[in-house]
Parts: sequence; C-alpha cells; structure tokens
Amino acid sequence: MVATARKNRGPVVDCDIHNAVWPGALDPYLAKRWRRHGQLFGSRTHPGSLYPKGSPAAARHDAWPPSGRPPGGDLEFMRKQHLDPEGIEYGILNCLGPAGTQLNAEYSSALCRAVNEWQIAEWLEKEPRLRAGVAVPYEDAELAVKEIDRFADHPGFVQVLLIVRTAEPLGRRKYWKIYEAAERNNLPVGIHFGGGARGVPITASGWPSYYIEDHTDMAQAFQAHVVSLVCEGVFERFPGLRVVLIEGGFAWLPSLMWRLDKHWKRLKEEVPHLKRRPSDYIREHMWVTTQPIEEPHNPRHLLQVLDHLGGSDRVMFSTDYPHWDYDDPDRAFRVRLPEEDRRRIFAGNAKALYGLR
Amino acid sequence: MVDTRETTYPGRLPRWGNADLVDCDVQVAVGSVDVLAPYLDQRWRDYLSESGVRAIDPHQYPKGAPISALPGSAPATGGPPGSDLGLLRAQVLDRWQARYAVLNCGFEISAIHNDDWALAMARAVNDWQAAEWLAPEPRLRASIVIPAQNPELAAAEIDRLAEHPGFVQVLLPVRAEAPLGKRRYWPIYAAAERHGLAVGIYAGGASGNPPTPVGWPSYYLEDYVCLSQAFQAQVVSLVSEGVFTKFPALRVVLIESGFTWLPALMWRFDKNWKGLRREVPWVDRPPSEIIRHHLRLTTQPLDEPGEPRQLIETIEQLGCDEMLLFATDFPHWQFDTEEGVLPSGLRPEVEHRILATNALETYRF
Repeated sequence: MVATARKNRGPVVDCDIHNAVWPGALDPYLAKRWRRHGQLFGSRTHPGSLYPKGSPAAARHDAWPPSGRPPGGDLEFMRKQHLDPEGIEYGILNCLGPAGTQLNAEYSSALCRAVNEWQIAEWLEKEPRLRAGVAVPYEDAELAVKEIDRFADHPGFVQVLLIVRTAEPLGRRKYWKIYEAAERNNLPVGIHFGGGARGVPITASGWPSYYIEDHTDMAQAFQAHVVSLVCEGVFERFPGLRVVLIEGGFAWLPSLMWRLDKHWKRLKEEVPHLKRRPSDYIREHMWVTTQPIEEPHNPRHLLQVLDHLGGSDRVMFSTDYPHWDYDDPDRAFRVRLPEEDRRRIFAGNAKALYGLR
Repeated sequence: MVDTRETTYPGRLPRWGNADLVDCDVQVAVGSVDVLAPYLDQRWRDYLSESGVRAIDPHQYPKGAPISALPGSAPATGGPPGSDLGLLRAQVLDRWQARYAVLNCGFEISAIHNDDWALAMARAVNDWQAAEWLAPEPRLRASIVIPAQNPELAAAEIDRLAEHPGFVQVLLPVRAEAPLGKRRYWPIYAAAERHGLAVGIYAGGASGNPPTPVGWPSYYLEDYVCLSQAFQAQVVSLVSEGVFTKFPALRVVLIESGFTWLPALMWRFDKNWKGLRREVPWVDRPPSEIIRHHLRLTTQPLDEPGEPRQLIETIEQLGCDEMLLFATDFPHWQFDTEEGVLPSGLRPEVEHRILATNALETYRF
C-alpha cells in the first residue's frame, strides 16, 4: 500500500535508475560480425579486480522480476515496483555494463550503439517518464563523438554517460572531444559509479581486500575527476559544459573545494589557464546526485553540508534502483529539509538541468 | 631583491598565552647522502659512490614550488630546508614556544626496492636523527624511518630503536605498495604496539601506483590535493582489515593529510558498513567509533573555506575533541595568516586539546 506520506510529497525526479541488458537483448542491434565477436571473445576489459557485490547482481533482493530477466531488465516490473508506487515523474536511466570500456575500441563503439538503439526501442519509446544517457566508448573520444552526434537529437537522451573508473583523469586532453560534442549538443556529461578501471587500483597504494573498501573508496575516483576537470581548465575551454557526479556521494565536496582553493592560491603559477578559484568552476559547472546519501550521526549536519556546498541548487535526488544500496525517497533524508530545498532537490534542479517538461 | 615574504608568516598566537604546545609535524631533510656516510657500513658507502647516488629524491616536493619551503628556511650554508638544527630551533621551537616537536623525516626509503639497501639507509637515517637532532636538543622527538616494503626487517629496526626515549613514532608512507591494513604490514603494528609507539602515515611514498583511482594527473597541484584521497583509502583499509581489533592499543596519526574530509568519509563508511558488515565481521562497531578511538590527524595543511565558521562546524562534525594535533608542517609553507594557523572561534578547551593535550595523550613523550 502506498503510504500517505508518499502521496503528499509531490513529484520526484529519480536521477539514477539502472536498466539492465538481458541476455541476447543487444543481438538485434549488432552486426553479424560483432555478434560473432561477442560469442568468441566476449567482453574484454581487464578491470584488475574482483569484488563480489553485497548481493547477486548488486541488486535488492526483491528486485528480481518474475519474468526471469535480471533486476532492472523488465520495464513492466520496474513500473510496478518503482515508477508507479514511488511517484516518479521522470527517471533518468544510466545503463551500466562494459560497453563503453572495451579494450577493443571498435567493439566498444558497436556495443554502445547497440545499447543506445536498444534503449530507444525498449525503454524510451515505451515509457514516457524515462530518459537516458548516451552510452559512449569513452576511451576513444573520436568514436565517442560519433555516438553523441548520432543520438543527441533524440529527445529521450538527456546526457552523455561516462563511468567513473576511466583509464585517465577526465580532465586530460584525450577526453576533450567528448566535452566539445556534449557542449555542442547541449547535453550534460554524467559520470557514474563503477567501471572498468583499466588496471588502475582504486587506491594510491594498490588493491584493497574487500568490497566495502572498493565501494567506500569509489568516492575518491570522483574526487580525482573533480580535481582534474578543474585543474586542466576544461571549464575554461568549454564554458557551456555541465558535469553530473552520479552515485559518488557529495558531503566530501565542500572539503575538496576548500583544499583546492587553498593550494591553488599557492601553486597557481602552474595552472595559469585558470582564471577563477577552483570552487567557482565547481559551483558553476557541477551537479551531484544524492544516493548513496551520507548519513551524518547528527542528521542536522546534512543541512550544514548543503550550506557548505553553497546551497541546494546543484543537488539532485536519486535512488539507484534496483541496486542493494537503494535510497528510499521517504527515508533518504533523515532531517527535515526546508520546503524550497526539498522541491529543488527532489525535482526542480533535475528538471532545469535536463530540460524535463 | 629582498625577500620580505617571511614577515607575513605568523608565530605563536597571542590568544594562547603560555599554553602548552606540541608541534606534531616538523619535517627534517637529509639532503645529500654524504650526511649519512658516518652511519653507513663501508659496503653501502662504496655502493653509493660507485653508483653515483647523491640523494634519494623522488620529487615529492618540487624544490622551487612555493609550497615546499617557507622563505628563510633553507640554511645559508647550503642543504635543503629542514636540514639545520639552528634554524629549526629559531623557526619552530622558539618561535612557537613548543614544549616538544615531533620530527618526521620523509627520506624516501619506499623508492628503494632492494631490501638490504633500504634497511641500511633507514638505519642510517635513524642513527643520524638520534645523534644530530635528538642528542643535542631535548625538545625534539623523532619518528623511526623503516623499510616498510619488508615488514619483518622493519619490525626489527623498530625493536632496535625502541629503547631510545627520543623515538615516539614509526613512519609509513601514505602511498605504500599495498593498502596499509593488509596483513603483510601487521608485524610493524605489533612492534609499534609492543613499544608504545604511534604509527604515523606521512604524505609521501613512491610505490609506483598512480596517485588517483583513475590514473596519473598532469599537475603537481592535483598530485598534492589528491594526497587526501590516498589518506582516505588508508583509513578505510586499516579499519576494514581489522587492524584495530587485532592491535587495540595502536594509535595511528595521519600527517599532512588534511582532515575536513573525515566527517563525510565516516558517514559514508558507516552507511556502507550497515549493508556490508558480514563481509568484515571483525569490524564489530561502526567504523566511525573505531576511527575516533584510534586515529589522530595533524592540523596542517588547514583547509580554508570562505567563511571560517564552516571550518569550526566541520571540526565539530568530527564528533570528537581528541583527534586533532597541532602542527606547523615546517618547513613547508602552508599559511600566511593567524587564521591559517588555527581557526578562531574554537572553544578554548578544544583549542588547548589541539595545541598539546591530544599530542601528550598520543605520544610517549
């Protein structure tokens, strides 16, 4: 039964929902050559690690559809379990998977195209509440640009989707063409938790032992990208670029802004292409999604975090459905938000950023 | 051109009066390996001269970069900043009226992959610290430099020096070969605990791993800023591996790590622990409880939000007044103003804890 609180809470835009590719789903969208490649050689990504997730497919136990498809792989079940009862006005699909980080760049490109065409046919055209990110072979910017330009005009695609464990810090030049294409097509660039890692350990001292470490340390991959995007001058070069940090947490961002500003003051001769303080670029160009929302021991400290961020106008609610670490819209915030902040975080900021109407 | 910058560098703040003060991070530098010659066997003196090794410098602090050295901290007679006892007395001990100062020598043993050579250099650095710093200056305490890449040799070196009352800490690099909670390092923690020594994790290390989870950044600015992420991962590792369950008396000090990132990390880590604790059943309490009990952090570099109030709020978010240890990070140039030393607005009892009490409870002075 839908709780009364939910009826009263107003519309929710969920900025992180995962639609899963079920076995064989991409076959209709792949050339025979690549279907054969997949059968013979499969996915090759060299992640460098195996951290079994907290649950099968990292999913909520109740998220396995009766149809036998994987969690997030059955639209009808997603509607019944998530979109309808939670009152999701819009949901942003972030299709994870190894398409974008294949070592074979041409295969990566073919898989991404298939994922995007499958998203149009199986999700966007069937469910008007859903929007999606364009999957791209992000380690080869020229191929990635082709995907962006091919799909940007479809109204269902509202961002370019990267996965956080890239081969290099995202400010580096090899990725700039992606930003140029995103800016040209007026699409934000979303960076989501997870990814191929390309053999780079998640810590500066190598591979940790446990999934709880891998998951907790993932915030540091986001931090490294924030530092890189700012220090490389990406936002000077692409002043219209908007970046969304998805499933990275956000309570660490004020600390990082303060640290960047402090050391930039001392070291700015190294980065003369920066015309403003690092925190100025972050406040103007970066958005964050809430899940997994940090849970301060004193819930009111979350209000301090929003204040330290400079306000709530860059914070967007997300659930991470159907994953185990899902945040419930009614329980994620353990402190009562001022009404205006609540409206912004749960719907207004995302509608403005993604142009949802 | 007259260098006038030093005049803006503050010293002991008037509001502290005669309060006790301990500087928990003073960096001493070896400079040329010639300095260590009296403390090396003939074999290693020959090895250094025959192979032309003049210094061990993995370039953690670019010599000319303005963060690396406070103006006036390099001795006129040559040698790097932090290599002259007279200057250190004047610029640290007297200027701040410190009761004690803890020396941390960032001599980069971790860059040496030959275990025997690494041990020889570590022993030489330690004997040099004892003879040339601790012996002549009773206000100084020092940290034992170890070949962390071989924990058994490292533990033996700790045992060799543990009776010397001047050594209060064992140093490990934050950029180690492996996450520091892993069992291979446990002989080091056993030795430290056995002797009542703190373990200090310093902002260095030359493991060869990229400094970020996404590879190599371009700029030194990024490298330095991202050090705090390396520290975060070590905190997560030490707790997740159960180091503090195994060694309940162990205290770990993060040196030059920053600390404003810690509340967010504790919140994230606690939340994940609720969902994933069956993977690490020896972590029998929320990680934040373990962190507050066992972990200490030095105050420099102090992050500087636009509004000082926000720094005070973040210190309160730590949820524990016992964690912060005053430090200047001499000779690194981390601040220019009194506000950059410690924020105004701390409750006096908290400020006194940071200035001395926490250090006195952490180290075996």
